[in-house]
Amino acid sequence: MTAQTLEPILAEHPFFQGLAAEDIQLVAGCATNAVFKAGEVISREGEPANQFYLLREGKVALEIYVPERGQVVLQTLGAGELVGWSWLIPPYQWRFDVRAVEFVHAFALDGACLRGKCEANPRLGYELLKRVAQVFTERLMATRLQLLDVYGNRS
Amino acid sequence: MADPMLPEPYRIARVRRETHDTFTLELLPINSARAMSFAPGQFNMLYVFGTGESAISISGATTDERLVHTIRAVGTVTRALQRLKRGDVIGVRGPFGTSWPMQEAIGRDVVIVTGGIGLAPLRPVIYQVLAQRAQYGKFVLLYGARTPRDLLYARELEKWRGQFDCGVEITLDTADNDWRGNVGFVTALIPSAQFNPTNTVAMICGPEVMMRFTAQELRKRGMRDEQIYLSLERNMKCAVGFCGHCQYGPHFICKDGPVFRYDRIASLLGKQEL
Repeated sequence: MTAQTLEPILAEHPFFQGLAAEDIQLVAGCATNAVFKAGEVISREGEPANQFYLLREGKVALEIYVPERGQVVLQTLGAGELVGWSWLIPPYQWRFDVRAVEFVHAFALDGACLRGKCEANPRLGYELLKRVAQVFTERLMATRLQLLDVYGNRS
Repeated sequence: MADPMLPEPYRIARVRRETHDTFTLELLPINSARAMSFAPGQFNMLYVFGTGESAISISGATTDERLVHTIRAVGTVTRALQRLKRGDVIGVRGPFGTSWPMQEAIGRDVVIVTGGIGLAPLRPVIYQVLAQRAQYGKFVLLYGARTPRDLLYARELEKWRGQFDCGVEITLDTADNDWRGNVGFVTALIPSAQFNPTNTVAMICGPEVMMRFTAQELRKRGMRDEQIYLSLERNMKCAVGFCGHCQYGPHFICKDGPVFRYDRIASLLGKQEL
């Protein structure tokens, strides 16, 4: 039996779609498969953000603990989405808790490994930064719309 | 409709509480055997005698014997409607306005994107698609609400979600972690929804900001403006295009709408002067 490399399936993930083959090869060197059971905590606020995840299946919740209210879900993310960008931004610590809402199958990417490759290869770094910036933009937009409380009764 | 300005008396046959601020009235006509015929998306003017009229979309099935309206208590008339009980009589004028494109949707996937009370004007569409399921392709319902307690038609949503031929996704603006579903704005559900963008009719109803961003997200999926329909709301008074209260650029919402094809109003959406 031959071991299957992650490259072809990594290249199909929406976050990496269209990335050059040599870049996929570089990225794949920092990637592993990861699975989480429903309810399992994937990361906690304040912990070192050594990894980030690209979801292939299942759903995770980004949560924050609010005293007297408990865990509050800020957002859920599903297949095809990126979970975590703190690996890219100092101090490289998770800003929120992440919990698997249902069984999750994901790629786990080693943040330090990928940062090293980006430093050594600025073209790859810029390409990844553009993709993360796209995710930032979409999440910021969605958050702003959530903050508008458009379904609320203002009369 | 004989005289569009003359209300017909209808008796309240049932009052159903939907959420903390939303309720449904089921009405039966007093002077005729059967409730009026209507097309999904149309609205009626409901008249509380001595108080005033309010434009409310019809939210029951076109085949219902009763005329069904789901109403959110937000103003003088709707609060007065909320205080009414079974047996009380109100005046009804209608049905008015344009309807959802049920004919254009035949043979295509149907995507409904809605938020808050916006689900009510689309419920007749859902009933019709489910009753004539073979006529349509994939059916997707994406619904956004504020919190779990604001979910409209919660039991029906559960039922529709349980059907193999319906893709129902619900998302909330905010939830505690006992909520097992999605949290986020309704537009976030669009990228992963299962439909063929080139052969789909999308119907959107909800707050205007939500509809603007939903249309943009559907376009990102590859849909053309002519495949997207939305329902607008303004201060409707006469409901027949005489008074001008609901004028929206060159359109009267009551007569030319409330359902518009997106390409016909896209340039007006978000304009502050309108």
